[in-house]
Amino acid sequence: MPQKAIEIILMRQLASYLAMPIMLFDPAGNLLYYNEPAEAILGRRFDETGEMSLEEWYALFELTADNGSTVPLQARPLVIALQKREAAHRAFWLRHADGSRRRVEATAFPLEGQGARHLGAVVIFWEADPA
Amino acid sequence: MRVTLWGTRGSLATPGPETVRYGGNTSCVEVCGADGTRLVLDAGTGIRRLGGTIGHEERVDLLLSHLHMDHIQGLGFFRPLDEPDQEVHIWGPPSTTLDLRARLGRYLSPPLFPIRLRDLPCRLTLHDVPLDGFEIGALRITVALVCHPGPTVGYRISEGGVSVAYLPDHEPALGARQFPDGPEWISGYDLAEGADLLIHDSQFSSAEYAQRVGWGHSAITHALQFAARAGVKRLVTFHHDPAHDDATLDRLIEEARGGERLPFDLVPGTEGARFELGA
Repeated sequence: MPQKAIEIILMRQLASYLAMPIMLFDPAGNLLYYNEPAEAILGRRFDETGEMSLEEWYALFELTADNGSTVPLQARPLVIALQKREAAHRAFWLRHADGSRRRVEATAFPLEGQGARHLGAVVIFWEADPA
Repeated sequence: MRVTLWGTRGSLATPGPETVRYGGNTSCVEVCGADGTRLVLDAGTGIRRLGGTIGHEERVDLLLSHLHMDHIQGLGFFRPLDEPDQEVHIWGPPSTTLDLRARLGRYLSPPLFPIRLRDLPCRLTLHDVPLDGFEIGALRITVALVCHPGPTVGYRISEGGVSVAYLPDHEPALGARQFPDGPEWISGYDLAEGADLLIHDSQFSSAEYAQRVGWGHSAITHALQFAARAGVKRLVTFHHDPAHDDATLDRLIEEARGGERLPFDLVPGTEGARFELGA
């Protein structure tokens, strides 16, 4: 497996020290890393799962709006950060495969490296009060 | 490929009787290819003596790892820059806001230096170093941003199946929960992997490193661990701390070795040392 860009390595190291749930994605949307606080949201430890493909990541839970409708892909903060290279923020519900739900807010921002290298995106989750 | 160390000291030139063996000049390494191509890595104070060995008609390529003072201080005293019609190329990392010319111009201009970059008589070309690599003569140069404050790159120079990796200022252990981690999560790993010769930052003792985390440098033990994980054939310790005299460096390197049988040759980096690769 090739070495990650230095910006990705440093971002992971920073995330590993922070108390906020943070997830780190490559430009294709593959989940490269999530820290311990994020393990509580995902319900599994990074040491057990390692990196996760986009398909595996999407299979973990469903994203729904307050009215119960599925949040369209193009409206998800991660997708906006990766495709439009813009910061984005949104509140939604995460519904796990076991039916449990939790309301969260997510802030996503793109990682842009020197030389116009699009390196991926970071998503920070915030526990939100139920609407 | 021939590699010569013209300056091995870190941070500040440290001449004196107590540093004669390891040397007092700051970072400068010469790499010569089999076809005569000559690269100069960094322009620390060691570059002054090197400049005297370069013919007036030669093309010179100077590759800067970054623009901290100990890596550019010798630039104004590099003789080829003063030669009319000598072809000189300087390669270095850009910042996110300024190109290499603007950043070097901050040093090569009054009041820090009496001569401006634009007034040098040589035929000078400045290049923002391409992060996807490039070639000069028969030498293939791989470039990567590495962990050190400010825009900093490491280089890997390859020719005919042999390679030297140059990571003079590098803190791959910064923030790592475990070091060394998996190869994909180690700064500089791809540059160093399997290199015949690795020239790597070894500035601090382990005790000193604990007090200087985030300064951008490695403990000697980190350099050894990095070299082992990268599977290099030979490690040259480099960028010695100005506070370490020859006797101290001998002791610290032996302590870091710890009597262990290492999977590579450990060579304390001394000024004037020369390595023939692929010979």
